[in-house]
Amino acid sequence: MSMVSTAPAPKMPEKHYLNATYGIRSWLLTTDHKRIALLYLASVTFFFFIGGFFAMMIRLHLLTPNGLMLTADQYNRMFTMHGVTMIFFFLIPSIPAVLGNFFIPLMIGAKDLAFPRINLLSWYIYIIGGMFTMWSMVNGGVDTGWTFYTPLSTVYSNSAVAPTVIGVFITGFSSILTGLNFLVTIHTMRAPGMTWFRLPLFVWAHYATSIVMILGTPVVAITLALAGMERIFGLGFFNPAMGGDPILFQHLFWFYSHPAVYIMILPAMGVISELIPTFARKKLFGYPFVAAASLAIAVIGFLVWTHHMFVTGQSTYAAVAFSFLTFLVAVPSAVKVFNWTATLFGGSISFDTPMLYAFGFLGLFLVGGLTGLFLGCLGVDINIHDTYFVVAHFHYIMVGGAVMGYLGGLHFWWPKMTGRMYPEWLARIAAFTLFIGFNFTFFPQFILGIMGMPRRYHVYPPEFQIYNVMSTAGASILAIGYLLPMIYLTWAAFYGEVAGENPWPATGLEWKTQSPPLTENFEVTPVVTWEAYDFHNRPDLGLEVPGGHGPRIVAPAHGDD
Amino acid sequence: MHRTGALFGQFKTLEQQKDTATLGMWIFLVTEVMFFGGIMLAYTINRHTYFHAFAMGSNTLSLPLGATNTLVLLASSFTMAMGVWSAQTSRKQLLSIFLMLTIILGFVFFGIKYVEYAQKFHHHLVPGKNFDIGYCVHNPNMCPDVSATELQEEGERLDAAEKADPNLQAHAQLYFSAYFGMTGLHALHMVIGAGLLFWLLKNSFSGQYNAEWNTPVDMVGLYWHFVDIVWIYLFPLLYLIDRHK
Amino acid sequence: MSEQAHAEHVVPPGVYAGIISTLVILTLLTVYAAYVDLGRFNIVVALGIATMKATLVVLFFMHAKYVPKRTKLVIMAGIFWLALLLFMTLSDYVSRVDYRGVQYPMTRNFTASMAQKS
Repeated sequence: MSMVSTAPAPKMPEKHYLNATYGIRSWLLTTDHKRIALLYLASVTFFFFIGGFFAMMIRLHLLTPNGLMLTADQYNRMFTMHGVTMIFFFLIPSIPAVLGNFFIPLMIGAKDLAFPRINLLSWYIYIIGGMFTMWSMVNGGVDTGWTFYTPLSTVYSNSAVAPTVIGVFITGFSSILTGLNFLVTIHTMRAPGMTWFRLPLFVWAHYATSIVMILGTPVVAITLALAGMERIFGLGFFNPAMGGDPILFQHLFWFYSHPAVYIMILPAMGVISELIPTFARKKLFGYPFVAAASLAIAVIGFLVWTHHMFVTGQSTYAAVAFSFLTFLVAVPSAVKVFNWTATLFGGSISFDTPMLYAFGFLGLFLVGGLTGLFLGCLGVDINIHDTYFVVAHFHYIMVGGAVMGYLGGLHFWWPKMTGRMYPEWLARIAAFTLFIGFNFTFFPQFILGIMGMPRRYHVYPPEFQIYNVMSTAGASILAIGYLLPMIYLTWAAFYGEVAGENPWPATGLEWKTQSPPLTENFEVTPVVTWEAYDFHNRPDLGLEVPGGHGPRIVAPAHGDD
Repeated sequence: MHRTGALFGQFKTLEQQKDTATLGMWIFLVTEVMFFGGIMLAYTINRHTYFHAFAMGSNTLSLPLGATNTLVLLASSFTMAMGVWSAQTSRKQLLSIFLMLTIILGFVFFGIKYVEYAQKFHHHLVPGKNFDIGYCVHNPNMCPDVSATELQEEGERLDAAEKADPNLQAHAQLYFSAYFGMTGLHALHMVIGAGLLFWLLKNSFSGQYNAEWNTPVDMVGLYWHFVDIVWIYLFPLLYLIDRHK
Repeated sequence: MSEQAHAEHVVPPGVYAGIISTLVILTLLTVYAAYVDLGRFNIVVALGIATMKATLVVLFFMHAKYVPKRTKLVIMAGIFWLALLLFMTLSDYVSRVDYRGVQYPMTRNFTASMAQKS
């Protein structure tokens, strides 16, 4: 912990959002965005461990070439439910609904989100959707893969497809409402002086994420509704027996589900944009470019979806065009990575746990992103489509990128959320465990993919065994890496060292209020007179920076002008 | 959040609150555009591929009923707009009247839709095992509600369509799937809208809405008009395919 | 802030009456046009009239003519993304050729007839 000031040890504030009211009702009927964020935190953690359980079953089964313990059908259900749980019930809500929900109002100096009751509604919708999916799990699960491709899902599968599809459909509305709430909040609820280009990049990233949620999620909702109508009422939209086109389902599905990848990674990028300036003690290099890159990723992300369908029999000409468009996404992503790296240059870097996660993110996202370019290349993709190369690629992005960002953010803001610090050394050990475990699990899968092992197979030729054993061993290390933070963060929430208002110190508005914050966030609405991440002009942080020269710009702004 | 009169605690002014609500509602309507966009896309592709089947299906629909329903829905949009105007100008009794008219017109729409759906069930035009696009042509006595001239036209059209498309039975089911899917989702939105209108009506009796505070009326109005716009597109897409032959 | 300066715009009932009359006329016109053989332009006319009607509803009934620029941007973004979904998907369908060089819709008839036989 890098305390700079020599002030006396901070005390917990007497009144804050956690002790403002008591009882189960005060939590289940709360409209406080901070409490709703904690409700989300508990629920996504729950689903994360369910999804993790399925992942462990998959990895254990693949220890031996003939499979250790599952039948082919059971194996299909395991990987399907792993995907459904992790994507729809963990990754998509994780950073936005937990960290975004908690910190967007604090970062822009608002008392709450624009629609607090809709915020609570979105959590209930999420829970109802989750219950449908859990119901299908206890009814034997689903075996279609998380993509629900027709006609397998609508005509042939004998598993519990309908409740899962309904559950995912319902949960989609939770995502839509969260995105809507964020967009409106960022537009109309900013504190005086908080102009668009003073917003923390975390907020910009969530703005871009919300655009994707708003414009993409309804399309997957209607897609699943159509598939549901096909399965339940026997209508025909994609059914080839009636002349329908199953590839149309894939178009509609990926129109959302490719941008959904950016719902997962953009908020993580937002977290990294907070961590790197804070722990390098330096203004982020090229702020407007990083902000614009978020929007560019959100928009271009909508133009590339058929690269998931290169081998389906779609038009070759369209495939070529989409392959080119896919390379475009790499440009704003690279802008971000270069700007983060440039920020590190000449910074005074401290290796606190959140920063370790940020470094982890940089490396793993780089690998994940570059292998994405291999896959976006039409000719290469024909060969490695649906192999473990794809599996490794998207786990590098989703686990290496999104989950690293999520955990980094949780550690960074845990003192603000709970008012208490986590145990630093334990946290560093956990971060290293995660990084090592992660690479052990997924790097061998790149090799497996290149060697030609297809994904979603429950058996494999004996020559692949060594890599599968490595992967399973890595997954066990990874599991320890996930259990550790859950245990010590929970412990720290009650017994950790009291953190004080701004332990790092960091520059955001969220650090200008007590930890944990009041229910109203701020005693008086703050007035922002500084640029984002400007350590030089912030005497209030107690950092002695040579060459600092007082606040320069005082501009009024409130909401949209 | 603490609430002072009409002003919720997270806002500073009523203007900010109204501005926020309007922006939120329009963003929600954009999500609805994308939602209906998906099914429109499925419709477009299937119609383009199986035009004969879609034209055959469309011509079994009753144009008088469809056109009447279009006019009913447009009228309800008008009464809704007048309701918003009444609220904006603090005409509280007029607001209740216009809300009631809107609800009544909504239910007229449901009634006509019910008649149309019932017809489709009786004529074996629901996708599934018993689907038969030529049911009325081959069993005229089972379809007393279709006149002889209509049946004759339908028969001629059926012969031509069967020649043009050997799989007419299968492909016509795609049309009726689109028909039931699109009108069903639209009707679901109408049901939600009617619920909201009842809620507004209840509040309007206690005179809650006036020139200062009418955001709920305005928002429900936006939603109701959007549902109307969906129907404005559904009507030509479903009812008016290849009518001129 | 600029929106606060705007008083709420109240559209007079006369405008609403004019709009609803136009909408009714356009509805009758679209029914009439459906009975005229315009070849492939029947659908163009039908959708054109529908779009005119929808525009009138959006501009006047929904007050989009009087809203701030930001709201107009939201509306345009919605229309743009809908176009994106439709046209980018259709770009696949209009250029799809199967491996025997047969245009796609015919291929689909073929697969459907195979499905019926089995």
